Amino acid sequence: MRWSKALSGWVSPISHGRLGWDRGRSAALLCAFALALPATAQAPPAPAPRFVVVIDAAHGGDDAGGRLASGQMEKAVTLALSVRLRSLLAARGISVATTRESDATIDPNRRAEIANHAKAEACLSLHATETGSGIHLFTSSLPPAPATRFVAWKTAQGPWVNRSLALAGAMNSAMLHAGFTVTISRTALIAVDSMACPALAVEVAPARASDGTVTAEPDDANYQATVATALATALLEWRMEGRQP
Amino acid sequence: MIPRYQRILFVILLLAALVMAGVLLHLRQRAHQRLLAGEDSSPTKAPEVAPAEQSTLLVANDADGSLLVQARSLPLPADPSARARVLIGNLLDLYASPGAAHPVSGGAAGVAQVFLLPVPGTKNSDQQLAVVNLTSNFAASHPSGLETETLTVLSICGTLRANLPKVTEVRFLVDGQQRPNLAGHADLTRTYLTADAVPTGGSSQ
Repeated sequence: MRWSKALSGWVSPISHGRLGWDRGRSAALLCAFALALPATAQAPPAPAPRFVVVIDAAHGGDDAGGRLASGQMEKAVTLALSVRLRSLLAARGISVATTRESDATIDPNRRAEIANHAKAEACLSLHATETGSGIHLFTSSLPPAPATRFVAWKTAQGPWVNRSLALAGAMNSAMLHAGFTVTISRTALIAVDSMACPALAVEVAPARASDGTVTAEPDDANYQATVATALATALLEWRMEGRQP
Repeated sequence: MIPRYQRILFVILLLAALVMAGVLLHLRQRAHQRLLAGEDSSPTKAPEVAPAEQSTLLVANDADGSLLVQARSLPLPADPSARARVLIGNLLDLYASPGAAHPVSGGAAGVAQVFLLPVPGTKNSDQQLAVVNLTSNFAASHPSGLETETLTVLSICGTLRANLPKVTEVRFLVDGQQRPNLAGHADLTRTYLTADAVPTGGSSQ
């Protein structure tokens, strides 16, 4: 009953034939709306395009990856670095998608699927090793290919290779600025080759002194924090580069 | 009840069978001795040592991720497949030596065979595909890491290209089977182009 009364209140001006009074009120409302129109007709400023970064902590679950000198497995180191980097990026207002948040077995193709669904501006596959020193940056060794509507899964990175090389350049300068030894190379990695985004594999190697002695292992918390900060800085610069006209 | 003549016949046949078996064994032994006596196991032909040739190895360096050109004088067989195997074997021996800049254990035994085939899909072309069959022991003992695995693959490709220019593509097998990756990283399911393996460091003798 209450609902019917309330509804009758709304519809009564028309249904009871008091159109004269209502017509006048409607005209006033229309005038007010018309006066207000110029102010509201201006299009609101377009929201900044969403900047998404995909972080792929390599290995996990049954695939332990390499073993570091400390006995730590690569899968644990990459996950820890992924969590650190995700927090840093989120704090800087960057949307982050991760391929794993726990010690789970994830197929390389599934990792690429997650990256491709995210439509990311940068995809990083994180690795750790005991050989070499500093940071190893890898882009796909696929040849650059023109962008087409349909792309083969195994070579989806082809149209993105040039952007990935540009991302590697931005990452290289940020890492060098942070004092890391950096090597840039190209490799064939199943997950990265299937990613349709600017993609890099970042391998964290021990920090070494000039005589080759290890000063920090990849599972060292302070070392990881420095690496994560440098990666976050590089991605912020990458975002700025992407927004420049 | 077995008749008497049947029992006698059975005994005679059994004796005959035993005598024939004995004779057969005796003849077999005599034939074997005659064969051994006729075989001359003394060396009659000196082994051929291939002349040493100048060859080029692309040697990986983990410290800076480079591929260094190294010229070496090696005795190489004439057959291209055997030649490719010897070259890769020498490269892996370098990696297995103490103090190597790219340490990988296993040495020359890590490569089982190398097959050279025409590149599929090309007609009247000199281009060759090298199928490198590595051993599972080599793959199992290879250090796990993106850089170290990539360097191993690229140094093999680069060494083949430097010495056998017709080889333009390389595929890898492990114990004759396709394998997803070398030691957890480098993709072994794809075909590598030797043109991608370019030296990034200097050269040394």
